[in-house]
Parts: sequence; structure tokens; C-alpha cells
Amino acid sequence: MPDMKVNLAGMAMKNPVVVASGTFGFGREYNEFFDLSELGGICAKGLTLHRREGNPAPRIAETPMGILNSVGLQNPGVDAFVEEELPFLRQFDTKVIANISGNTPEEYGIMCDKLSAAGVDMIEVNISCPNVKAGGLAYGTRPDLAAEVTEMAKKHAGNVPVMVKLSPNVTDITEIAKAVEGAGADAVSLINTIRGMRIDVNTRRPVLKMNTGGMSGPAVLPVAVRMVWEVANAVSIPILGMGGVSKGEDAAQLMLAGATAVAVGTSLFADPYAAITVRDGLAAIADKQGLASVSELTGGVKPW
Amino acid sequence: MKVERKCKIVEKALMGDAVYMVLEAGDMVRTSFKGPGQFVHIKCGDAQLLRRPISVCLCSQDQPSDLVSIVFEVRGEGTARLAQREVGEELDVLGLAGNGFQLEQDKRCLLVGGGIGIPPMLGCASYFDRSTAILGGRSQDKIILTDRFEVCCDKVMIATDDGSVGHHGFVDALVRQELEQDKEYDYILACGPKPMLRNVAKVADEFGVACLVSMEERMGCGIGACLVCACDMADGSRKHVCKNGPVFDAKEVDWNA
Repeated sequence: MPDMKVNLAGMAMKNPVVVASGTFGFGREYNEFFDLSELGGICAKGLTLHRREGNPAPRIAETPMGILNSVGLQNPGVDAFVEEELPFLRQFDTKVIANISGNTPEEYGIMCDKLSAAGVDMIEVNISCPNVKAGGLAYGTRPDLAAEVTEMAKKHAGNVPVMVKLSPNVTDITEIAKAVEGAGADAVSLINTIRGMRIDVNTRRPVLKMNTGGMSGPAVLPVAVRMVWEVANAVSIPILGMGGVSKGEDAAQLMLAGATAVAVGTSLFADPYAAITVRDGLAAIADKQGLASVSELTGGVKPW
Repeated sequence: MKVERKCKIVEKALMGDAVYMVLEAGDMVRTSFKGPGQFVHIKCGDAQLLRRPISVCLCSQDQPSDLVSIVFEVRGEGTARLAQREVGEELDVLGLAGNGFQLEQDKRCLLVGGGIGIPPMLGCASYFDRSTAILGGRSQDKIILTDRFEVCCDKVMIATDDGSVGHHGFVDALVRQELEQDKEYDYILACGPKPMLRNVAKVADEFGVACLVSMEERMGCGIGACLVCACDMADGSRKHVCKNGPVFDAKEVDWNA
């Protein structure tokens, strides 16, 4: 069997499969299905400085091979995470990646102080949530703002690596990637959800109460592969690839495009064991191709 | 450990517009029954990414396999596909999920079911002793399972919006009438459309009778991780139908949301 270990910006993982923020809560629910130590890492539910109740329901709509969501960062706040959820996650032999969103660069800084003091393995800086009004997506669509938030996070994260989560809702994702790399980001993760909308033709109402939401699921995989490839060609920091992964082949595509590791998200809703299926499928592909290490896939695409 | 199971459809029937199915569920009931009113989260077909939450009608521990019956209406693509599945086919099912009506079996309950909210009330009727059932719907064809309620309940009353059977009007009028005549109910348990639940909760509050309601919302994971099935609470917080519910104390719910 190939060696499944990978190293994402200094964070050594037993395998390249993590679960994507917002699809896995803080792990308690899925731990009733499988041992969380099976995972390479866990991107915890997105945190804000203060507790948020999120958006009104309906918050989800099904689309052809995808879903739209408009949860709106419902979370208990960073302090509650550190006190109540992090000790639970720490019981497992897996990497814990905290995901943060702020209304101001200062809020990102305060959260990084708290999380680095509490001891997480990585901080994923969300500059691209499409479902909140303040900050959120705006930081992810302007290189100068993305760089400002990244600098602030780096300044307050101590030795904890900082990974910036990029939005696909931009004309050129490499501009943002280069800006955050220049500002000191240790890694980037992509793609966040793609803005979308579904309308009930009988009621003429959007299915989501917020009208629009973020699209994910198998339908977005080709967009993710393309964007990971573009970013890999533009920056030298490692990439956590995500978007529509539901089997080993999907993960292998993202790695060949340039990702060091991959995240599984939406497919968990159909199959609670999806992350394990992806890990095993990826190992089988690496094995079939005679690779000594799964990491040999990274950047291995042979473009025409 | 929780598991997802392949459950064979062993019986299927039409009840008006609704589809009735009995599933062989392995040890699902033995291992995860908490009370009547839980749900199962079903993968309807390959083309639907999301599972669909369907209330349990009746469930029982059995050998070699526990049995779970469900009744659902075709509301969209998922339930349309589910309705095409035939006896002998296997469904991918997560469950039993959610909390259910967790009360002692000797509580005397007034059960209120509206439309497709009627079937889960049958589970309550068979679980609790000496219940009264009030069943409501748009018209006679929406009032299903009445013969089964007759067997399980002390009394069954019916209301239809068009007066085609029973009381001409909404269930809350019958709830009021019953509470005026009988002061011995410990709980009102209700499942149905939100406006109905709101009206029943209001009557329960007037009479000072505890009321538990089963809420419905579009779901993702069905286990409490993705947070999409939000239910607005009276204290301004948002809980989740799949994990904190589907059964809530009516006083907890923000009925103006």
C-alpha cells in the first residue's frame, strides 16, 4: 500500500482527507458513525468572535447534483469552541483546523490570538462566506482586503499555520491567491461555495429564505479542479482542494491539479462515511498506479 | 455506533394521495427507539443528492428484523422517486433519528394530526394508553388511517376544511371543545402544518395543558452537523429540527417567525 501521509504547510497528516468546514459540525455527530481518528484532519464549523444564530430557514435547496445552502455561520462563538468543543476534538488522533470569519481585520486578529493560545493545528481564515452581509465575501473578492486580513491573522497566529479559504466568486482567483501568499499565508484552501439560486416556479419564491446561497456538491467539482490548477500554477504555497469530492477519483483529480490534501463536505449528507470512502478510493488509485506515496499525485497533471 | 442500513420494502399501499410502506429495518428499532415521533432519513434515489426525512408512522421490534412503517406524500423530486420504489427493493435508511415524543406510556394524551401529520400520531396512539385523536385535513380523502386510530384510541374526532367528513373547519375548534369537556389530559401532542400547530399551541396555552409539537424543515445531514434545518425559538435562538427536534415544547417555539 502507498504511504498516505502528507504534509500541509508543516502540518503532518496521516492521510490527505479532511472534512470541510460547515459540513461536520465539531465532529460529535459523525463520531457516532466512525472513529474521527480515521481522518487526516477536521476543519471545524466556522467560528465568529461572538455567537451567531445564522439565517432563517429554509437554509438548503437541492439542485442538479448539488445543493445550495444559506446557513449564515451559525456557531457558538470562538470562546465556546475553545472551552467546550476543542477538548472533545483533541481526544482524537487527527489534525484540528479551526475556521474563522470576522467582520473586521481586528476580529480575525482576536480570534487568532485565542485559537493559537488554545492550541489548534491550523487556522483556516474564511474570507469567502457568501452567506453573511458584513465582511465575509467582500474580503475574498478584493486582493488588498484579502491581504490585510491575512497579515492580521499571521500577526496573531503565533506558530500556528494560517490557511486562507478562497472564494470562487471572482473573475481571477489567482489574483487573490497571490495577494494572500504575499501577505504571508502558509496555505490556501479552495473552493468555497459558488453563489446560486433556485426558484419554486409555483410559488415564484426562491427556495432559500435568503434568496441566494452557496452551491456545493458533485456539480462544482470541475470548477474546483480548474481553480486549484490555476492557483497551483500561480503560487508556491500548498493547497487544500475541495468542491464536490465524493470518491477517490475526485480527490485524485484535485491532487493532480495541484492540491496537497483534499476536503470532503457535501457528500457526507448522502453518505456519512464518504470521507472514509474517499480516503480508501484514493489509496486504491495510488496503489494501482504503483506510487510509493499518495503525495506523488500532487501537481502531477500533464496538461496538453 | 450509528449506522446506515439497507432496508427492504416489504409492503406498499396507497392511502389517498399518500404512499404507505413497511420497511425491514434490522435492529434499528431495538437500538435507536426513543419514543414515537422520530423520523428516518432516506436516500430516495441516485439522482437525489440529499436524503429525505420521513416521519415514522409505526415501528416495532421484531425477529429477525424490526419493522418501520412510513407514510409520505409526493412533494417533489425526492418523494416522487421514493414513491416509485417497489416491494422487494432496498432503501438506504438512516435512523431512527430525532428525539420523538419522550413521555411515559401512561400519560393521557390528546393527539392532533393534520394532513400528512396524521401518520406519526398513529405511533403515538399505539404507544400511549387511553389517547384521544383529532384528525384534520383539507377533505375526506386526506383523512387516513382512521380505522387504525379507532382500534388504538378511546375516541377519534375528525375535522375537514371543506366539511366533507366530520367537523366543518379546523382541528383547533375540536381541541377547544375537547379540552372544555375533559380536564384530564396530561399532554397535547401535535403534528401537521405550522399554522395548525400554532393554533393548537394557542388553545393548549389557554387551557394550561402542556403541548408538544413535531416541526418540519428542509434538512441536510439529518444528524445535527450541517445546521440547515433551523427552527426559530421564542428566546431568539435557532435550534435544529433533526437533532434538537423534531419534537419541541410548544412554548419554546417562536410562532411568529
